[in-house]
Amino acid sequence: MGDVDESSVLAAFRLEVRDWLEANCPAEMRDGASGEEAICWGGTSWVFTCASQKAWLERCAARGFTVPTWPKAYGGAGLSRDEDKILKEEMQAIGARSPLDSFGIWMLGPALLKFGTEEQKQHFLPPIARGEIRWCQGYSEPGAGSDLAGVQTHAADQGDTWLVNGQKIWTSYADRADWIFALLRTDREAKKHLGISFVLMDMRSKGITTRPIRLISGASPFCETFFEDVEVPKHQVVGTINRGWDVAKYLLTHEREMISNGGNVMGSGRALGAVLSEAETGQSDPVLRGDAMRAEVDSLALEMTLERYKDQAEGGQGVGDASAMLKYMGTELNKKRLELIMAAEGSSALTWGETPASSWLRTKANSIEGGTSEVMLSIISRRILNLPG
Amino acid sequence: MAKLIQTEEEILLAEAAHGLLSKSAPVSRLREMRDDGKRSDSELWQELAAAGWAGVLVPEAVDGSDMGHAAAQVLAREMGRNLTVSPFLSTAVMAATLLRQFNDTATREKLRQIAAGGLTYAFALDEGTKFSPDKVEMTAEKRGNGYLLNGEKRFVVDGCAADRILVLAKSDDGLCLFDLSNSAKGLRQDALEMIDSRDAADLTFENVEVSGEALLGEAGAGLDLLKPALEAGQAALAAESTGLAEAAFAMTTEYLKERRQFGIPIGSFQALQHRAAHLWCEIELTHSAVLNAGRILDENPDQATLAVSVAKARATDTAQKSVQEGVQMHGGIGMTDAFDMGFYMKRARVAAEWLGDYGYHAGRVAQMRGF
Repeated sequence: MGDVDESSVLAAFRLEVRDWLEANCPAEMRDGASGEEAICWGGTSWVFTCASQKAWLERCAARGFTVPTWPKAYGGAGLSRDEDKILKEEMQAIGARSPLDSFGIWMLGPALLKFGTEEQKQHFLPPIARGEIRWCQGYSEPGAGSDLAGVQTHAADQGDTWLVNGQKIWTSYADRADWIFALLRTDREAKKHLGISFVLMDMRSKGITTRPIRLISGASPFCETFFEDVEVPKHQVVGTINRGWDVAKYLLTHEREMISNGGNVMGSGRALGAVLSEAETGQSDPVLRGDAMRAEVDSLALEMTLERYKDQAEGGQGVGDASAMLKYMGTELNKKRLELIMAAEGSSALTWGETPASSWLRTKANSIEGGTSEVMLSIISRRILNLPG
Repeated sequence: MAKLIQTEEEILLAEAAHGLLSKSAPVSRLREMRDDGKRSDSELWQELAAAGWAGVLVPEAVDGSDMGHAAAQVLAREMGRNLTVSPFLSTAVMAATLLRQFNDTATREKLRQIAAGGLTYAFALDEGTKFSPDKVEMTAEKRGNGYLLNGEKRFVVDGCAADRILVLAKSDDGLCLFDLSNSAKGLRQDALEMIDSRDAADLTFENVEVSGEALLGEAGAGLDLLKPALEAGQAALAAESTGLAEAAFAMTTEYLKERRQFGIPIGSFQALQHRAAHLWCEIELTHSAVLNAGRILDENPDQATLAVSVAKARATDTAQKSVQEGVQMHGGIGMTDAFDMGFYMKRARVAAEWLGDYGYHAGRVAQMRGF
């Protein structure tokens, strides 16, 4: 598809990228792996799985390819969307792993690029691009889940610093993160959406402790994070004080697009068709086959929708509230896909280890984290369909 | 590939189509037609042909407007919104796509007449109750320079009013595609009382004699010749179904805002809000699949099968969901003949079967995706 209308500039870029990948992507990083075990998260606590993983990260970082679309000044390569697409296609063509994934890239980066001061951008973005600082997200609290704007973790104004007290929950990988970006209550008197600030904190600060939460999948990707009299410099607020909800809303849109991309894996990773044709049940069970066909049709249509929204965004028409649809449909589809894979593999999927069991259980969180499916439907109902109430 | 958003021209075309149809062919025209016992509307077709719609896929050299498949989808979508009755799909989309594969004088003349609104076609495909174009029992026996056709075809859309019939029959050389007059001797049309009030017929061929010129292309090449026409028709029907789904959904959301029970609009109940929101999501996905099919048909028609089947499967399913939820959320009024939702439901059911239902197209998708 991509080759049809490429201008000669893009064609030249493709060749350049191809050569660069050929020269720089280590053989071990070309196995096409994209699961949790293949991710390089970076940060000070990161232990590289092999020398190739380290080399691959460093080479990409030097070329700006860990964050290809960010400006060069902040560690990116300044690529246009077309160029970015070419880079991704060429990486996919050789089965190259992603050199670095992190909340810094997906979430904080976009927030800083939009709301950060020049000083904040200069200070925080390049270490994210190089994979030196790993970030976690402090949003949810025990009393603030779907009602996220109800956060109570408090930051008291002490002149030059904030004094932070409270608790966050579902902070992904807080136990391995170097820094946290969090939504804190900075005005208890204002309306709930108007008393929140978006604050950056060093996880080594005195008074911050974390405790991993064991999930049904057996993994512990999430933590509880406690704040007890934590002192935070005032300049570590992103955007306007008490207007952190604007930043959070912007980021949630990003997160939804990201999660729905994760759900859009029928074409990548292990295709449903392949699983079904290998598994004995997949061949013989007409109900399973029927359900899988439906999931396949829907996932192709979702892929086309992502493509359409990207085209729209490029034409200057933001996706906006429709990202709630991507999140809702993407995550529900991903859950369905893992249910089908479990069913296709029968009793062989019922043990821990090299089975889809833990992925299957992990997908159950997809439609909860980043806004539940029900919250997404309410957003669509209110903001897109303008239904009353 | 061109972008999956409508171009400036496509937006203008949609606006023009919307203007024309809301004036000349709103749902009330279908209602009148049904009440008068008519099944087709040649007067409307003349008007649409005058606007260039009949020639949407006819080359400019033979007086067509040759706007392409994406443009044909734009028109079909607007017709779906208004439940417009016309031979657009059979003639302007499918027959034109089929015939433009040939460049002889006689075919060029037919294309010229199609574009002018002076010639309509029907495709006689099904022999059983399900779409299955390669399952053919109808026979074509060599007879001198021509053939003798014998057999039966069912659910031939536009089968009564069409001037000409395109039909597949098996010969000693394989499946052959014939183009013959619908008033040929030995060809009988049994009109069907369709739930969507439109023209369809069962055709019986009893020793129908056709000349050698009636055979399109090589003997045995019938299915290959038919393929682009079927895919164009399936994509356009998907677009029509999407328009239908959108119109039914718009009626439903309006009603959710107006209708009050328990002292408040029923649209403030979360149980209904979430169902409406889900339906909106379904329509969004389907719209993308349809746009994608149109783009691929215009740019890379040989590779369009997957995209077309995704579009037809999705659109079939979405249209049915939209009308089912539409009736349920309207409550009792949705069940009345006086209200238009029933027309949408009946058309959605017929459009679901025509040219392959959900199972047919999902099955093709699965096959192409390694199941």
